[in-house]
Amino acid sequence: MKNILQKLVTLFITLFCISFLTFTAFSVIPGDAALSRLGKDASPEQVEALREELGLSDPLPVRYGRWIGSALQGDFGESYRYQNNTVKSLISHRLPVTILLALISLCIILVISVPLGILSARYSGKWIDVVSTQVTQVIMAVPAFFLGILLTYIFGLVLKLFQPGAFIAPSENLGASLRYLFFPALAVALPKIAMVVRFLRNSVLSEMEKDYIRTAYSKGNSENAVLYKHVLKNALIPVVTFLAMVIAEILAGSIVVEQVFSVPGLGRLLVSSISNRDYPVVQAIVLYITCVVVTMNFIVDVLYEVLDPRVRV
Amino acid sequence: MKRNWNLIIGLGITAVFLTLAIVGQFWTPYGVTQMNSAAVNRPPSFAHWMGTDNFGRDIFSRVMNGSGSTFFVAVCTVLSGGLIGILVGAVTGYFGGWIDNVVMRVNDILLSFPSILLALIFISLIGPGKYNIIIALGILFIPSFARIVRSEMIRAKELDYVKAARIMGVGEFRIIFAHILPNAWVSILTSAAIGFNNAVLAEASMSYLSLGIQPPQPSLGRMLSESQAFLFNTPWYAIFPGLTIIFIILGFSLVAEGLRELQE
Repeated sequence: MKNILQKLVTLFITLFCISFLTFTAFSVIPGDAALSRLGKDASPEQVEALREELGLSDPLPVRYGRWIGSALQGDFGESYRYQNNTVKSLISHRLPVTILLALISLCIILVISVPLGILSARYSGKWIDVVSTQVTQVIMAVPAFFLGILLTYIFGLVLKLFQPGAFIAPSENLGASLRYLFFPALAVALPKIAMVVRFLRNSVLSEMEKDYIRTAYSKGNSENAVLYKHVLKNALIPVVTFLAMVIAEILAGSIVVEQVFSVPGLGRLLVSSISNRDYPVVQAIVLYITCVVVTMNFIVDVLYEVLDPRVRV
Repeated sequence: MKRNWNLIIGLGITAVFLTLAIVGQFWTPYGVTQMNSAAVNRPPSFAHWMGTDNFGRDIFSRVMNGSGSTFFVAVCTVLSGGLIGILVGAVTGYFGGWIDNVVMRVNDILLSFPSILLALIFISLIGPGKYNIIIALGILFIPSFARIVRSEMIRAKELDYVKAARIMGVGEFRIIFAHILPNAWVSILTSAAIGFNNAVLAEASMSYLSLGIQPPQPSLGRMLSESQAFLFNTPWYAIFPGLTIIFIILGFSLVAEGLRELQE
């Protein structure tokens, strides 16, 4: 318990540092809200006056305090690019799509990779394991966006199972939306499936070599009984920690793959905002993504401790 | 002794594509940006091995030249990130103390982010472009090298040969760089191979999002994003640059795998 509390404190310190760094980094970039609002033709006096009015001349810690205060209430100010749009409304429209995409790919990853990883370990050295090792090695080398393009070509253009570019919002028609999102989710999932399969296989195999497994065999357990009753329980624990990394990878993959399938999610917003120098939006998304990754790691860390009492000592 | 096939095949693939890329900087079958309205969207043939694109440019020439940028970015990032990382890891690991704690904490956080994500965050700060990609990825690779060298330092600094060197009056920095570091070279190389792998993937992704190498300079990621509009009629425009990326990454990851086997 004390350990978890300590981790919680570390989490908050980390989150504070990240938010401060994000804020400072973006306030060092030339060009601020006053400039972007007035345009290039404004006189220096006008810019200075608006800066004063917006509080941009205050010292950094003061501005950070104000920014994080409203950010905690979900207010990230207004977009430079989309007039009269708050950053909050821009993000809240796109966030559900990205979350849906990430969830579908996580489901695909778990459903395929867990059985495959176990099979590959169960029959290690046999043909199924050899094939799986070679195939996963190759799949890991395929970038998610190229997989996306291949899937678009095969399933979208040749087999016509979906219409590339014609995304339907989940609020309009959930079924159609899910069917469209299945393909980008698959593109994100495939390289990660390969990663998880390999990781699970090695985890099971290294567990198989331990002494308690020999004891279980000597008591007359069959190979399947040992695997399912004893090995898996322990072999799955490291996989849980590995999942935090997989989720962060899914997030990164989605950002790129959204572009391939023109899915209007957080990633597309981020990429277009970077190109448009729409800093309030970029700042908010960067803060959001970093916090998700750090918090995810914290959750997995705690989960690890709950699942494996040995770590607590 | 069992042959280390991963290492052999990986080095072979890497050598082939590296040669193509280097040759592509000086000579290509056709001009890299040379358009030809008489040969637009041609499928692969003897004249154009990988076909031509919507401007009649030879895709094979562009792939050769574009993979040069890919290798250039990868080598620069791994070298810069690797050198700084080794330095940081050696000093923090050998001397320890609170700096070590802080640096490792920062490393932990950086390592929990996929490189594409971190590259995107850095690019959002310093803007798109080839050299910005190198800076962003170079910084990102510092932790993975620092960690490996650090653990080697911690393991070795209490060993007898290091103690003996210290008693003989060898300077601390000579101990770090001349005595301990050479023992870690296989793990550093493994880490470098993984770094190359990630750098190629991140560069291709950034260029695909048009945040990396800027036109008219050809790059594999950029070609893929341009090919998408013509996917149905000219699938080869997407397939060949894509396959090239896959082979380059596969080569590096096989080398990494082979080096890991070598360690065991």
